[in-house]
Amino acid sequence: MNAYLPALAGGLLIGLSAATLLLVNGRIAGISGLVAGLAQPGERRLSDLAFLLGLVLGPPLFAAMAGHWPLMRIEASWPVLAVAGLLVGFGTRLGSGCTSGHGVCGLARLSPRSLVAVLVFLATGMLTVALMRAAP
Amino acid sequence: MSGAARPLAALAAGLLFGLGLALSGMLDPARVRGFLDIGGAWDPSLVFVLGGAVSVSALGYALSRRLARPALAETFDLPTSRRIDGPLVLGAALFGVGWGLSGFCPGPAVAALSTGAAPALVFVAAMLVGMAAHALRPR
Repeated sequence: MNAYLPALAGGLLIGLSAATLLLVNGRIAGISGLVAGLAQPGERRLSDLAFLLGLVLGPPLFAAMAGHWPLMRIEASWPVLAVAGLLVGFGTRLGSGCTSGHGVCGLARLSPRSLVAVLVFLATGMLTVALMRAAP
Repeated sequence: MSGAARPLAALAAGLLFGLGLALSGMLDPARVRGFLDIGGAWDPSLVFVLGGAVSVSALGYALSRRLARPALAETFDLPTSRRIDGPLVLGAALFGVGWGLSGFCPGPAVAALSTGAAPALVFVAAMLVGMAAHALRPR
């Protein structure tokens, strides 16, 4: 259980972030939507950019507090990362959200659309990892 | 000054999000793939992350329903569509494949840009191309 305490604490912070953005600015903390929205001019763009800036500054803040950078083990080759990025970018726009918008925010709102999206991306994610494991 | 309040609140919320991702271990694609790897040495961390995040987010949402408006905005900007349609399912399916291939989803990948990890940059650049492709797709 102790091993999962940071995971739970980090999750609580992510939830606090989503609740803050909603209660203060009335905005959903969906990262793919916020990123894609930067392409559209509007009064929200500055705030959305500020949120993403904060997101990027989170890991250095963690490093300053913890005394070490968060662990990152990236196994995928660059071509695989590029294909994955294309799929994630196109898929999250087509499906209107990702792990944060559908997962953290949508499930909290008991949105049926988000529940379906989460079940589908969990299923294809697990299937993809299983197929890669089975491949010689 | 009131013009700066909303971006500052967003900046603070973004910092909380990035800090939470770093603390939770979700910046580590190998760990995320470990969660998706139900046939292997399954790592349940993501259940704790999502459980913690959804519970606090749900409290915030419940509170928002009792408020007339957000503290610094005129309205709550919430999705209204309830249709479960082809684009939703296909989009989520494609996203899941990319997530499984790399262990990256948009939040951790964007946050990881500050770590200087070149693979995160490759992923985010490709993700932006994928988003642009969606915006420019023929209809």
